[in-house]
Amino acid sequence: MSNETNRRDFLGYTFAAVAAVGGAASLVGMKQAWDPLPSVLAGGFTTIELSGIKAGEPETFTWRGKPIFVLKKTAEMENNKRDLVIGEDRFTVAIGLCTHLGCIPAWKKTKWKCACHGGEFNPSAEQVFGPPPRPLDLPPFSVKGTQIVLGEEGPEYKKIAAAMKNA
Amino acid sequence: MAKITKANSVGEWLDQRLNTTTFNKVMMTEYWIPKDINFLWAMGVLLATTFGILLISGIFLLMYYKPDVNLAFDSVNYTIMQEVAYGWLFRHMHGVAASVVFLIIYIHMFTGIYYGSYKQGREMIWISGMLLFVTFSAEGFSGYMLPWGQMSYWAAMVITNLFGGVPVIGDALVVWIRGDFNVADATLTRFFMLHVFLLPLVIMALIAFHFYTLRIPHVNNQTSEEFDFDAEAEKYLSGNKKESKVIPFWPIFISKDLAVLGIFLIFYFYLVFFHYNFAMDPVNFDPADNMVTPAHIYPEWYFLWSYEVLRGFFFDIAGVKAFDIGLAAFGFANIIFVILPWLDRDTKILPAHKRPAFFIWFWILMVDLIILTIWGKLPPTGNNAWVGFFAATAFILLFVLLPIVTKIDAKKRGE
Ligand code: FES
Repeated sequence: MSNETNRRDFLGYTFAAVAAVGGAASLVGMKQAWDPLPSVLAGGFTTIELSGIKAGEPETFTWRGKPIFVLKKTAEMENNKRDLVIGEDRFTVAIGLCTHLGCIPAWKKTKWKCACHGGEFNPSAEQVFGPPPRPLDLPPFSVKGTQIVLGEEGPEYKKIAAAMKNA
Repeated sequence: MAKITKANSVGEWLDQRLNTTTFNKVMMTEYWIPKDINFLWAMGVLLATTFGILLISGIFLLMYYKPDVNLAFDSVNYTIMQEVAYGWLFRHMHGVAASVVFLIIYIHMFTGIYYGSYKQGREMIWISGMLLFVTFSAEGFSGYMLPWGQMSYWAAMVITNLFGGVPVIGDALVVWIRGDFNVADATLTRFFMLHVFLLPLVIMALIAFHFYTLRIPHVNNQTSEEFDFDAEAEKYLSGNKKESKVIPFWPIFISKDLAVLGIFLIFYFYLVFFHYNFAMDPVNFDPADNMVTPAHIYPEWYFLWSYEVLRGFFFDIAGVKAFDIGLAAFGFANIIFVILPWLDRDTKILPAHKRPAFFIWFWILMVDLIILTIWGKLPPTGNNAWVGFFAATAFILLFVLLPIVTKIDAKKRGE
């Protein structure tokens, strides 16, 4: 009798082990099926020419389907640790998605205002009002003369990212 | 094998093989319903019917809809609306039913709250109902995305971004859910799958479960009177119909449900034919553009109250970021109804008008939800932001106070 029970138990444990391994493997597979495809990840790089940008009038570019704000600061605009300095000029480079819930804020004279929930960002892309929890994000970039290439992490990017972290 | 004899009719033939007589008894002719219930109890049948309409109109839309970011908008706004015979009708029936289903769900839900139908013994009815509500919300949202208009797109953007609030893995989670860095083709196709297959499947299973949860504790009644269903059924079956407190679901009770359903369907088709626009935002007739946010975005009316709770907290409190408070409040708003049976500390099941403190609580909650819904659609600036803040705070306070409120009623009755 007890012998019989043990045999059944053994079968049960074996089945549980096989099912657990199979279940875990399936979950990993299903998770990966939902991951972005390689073609999406390859996403490409975007080159932006900075020399043509007018001070005080931000422009919007597209990188990986996201808007990228590039603002050449005017003399009155404050210096900031995240300024990208190229020669005489100071630039704010930011991913143009509100850090609250991802709407695209619009430039209104001296700041970016987010229409969705009223968030506001100053010319240095720092949040100054409303629900956004942090400044607009910094996209990875590298500098080549008067151009920046989005998608590569150059030394200038690393410096700014480090400065933002320590603040 | 059961004894199979030569059948004299199709019915008998089926009965021998499928036991249809017993099945009909259990599900219909001896499924007992209290006499003392009003039209508010017809919402279940209304919901089942509306779901049926959604399913059938959805099948017809599915035959022409194209889940591709380049084709989706035109497949809806041109092919279905202009080319397919009665395509416009299926679209409007689907769209209006999607909106109306939430109206009925809310009525159904607050009827339950008013009459205490979530309490002692009926918790599973309530929980399965709330699960249905959550799944319906996911179904409604995933469907809203499919026409790939501006509102669809940005709704998807905002909702998927909410997952960024999850600690540590948030950002990666958002990319994983979207299948892209942005809301893109991968996002559309997977939400399409959810909307037309997985979620409807879950909904149907949950509906079956929700019906089943009613079988043992039985449906509540207007006075929340507790009585022995078996004894009352006995009375009915022995011919004592007048004294019995119950009637069979079929064919007696259903006639009342069908009368209410008739009125509802007149209202529904009035909307479909004359006011199909009420649930459609003009902004959604612009094709999705990932580089332009509409000036002001808001969800469909049935999500406005929880949306307003989310954005009601617009400033940091005691060092906690407004963003995190909002998310926490939003999470609170979405799970708090589920645990309602345990927040209600009153030991008796009674309708709200017999529980003075709870009665006031109930109507304040109604008013608060209406305020949240109205302000959820207004731009969140100036005074509007403050109304949102106070209404959202009130919402949370109401549920924090509920155990005390219900205790007070029990005390007053001397329990
Ligand atoms: S998305 Fe910008 S403030 Fe909410």
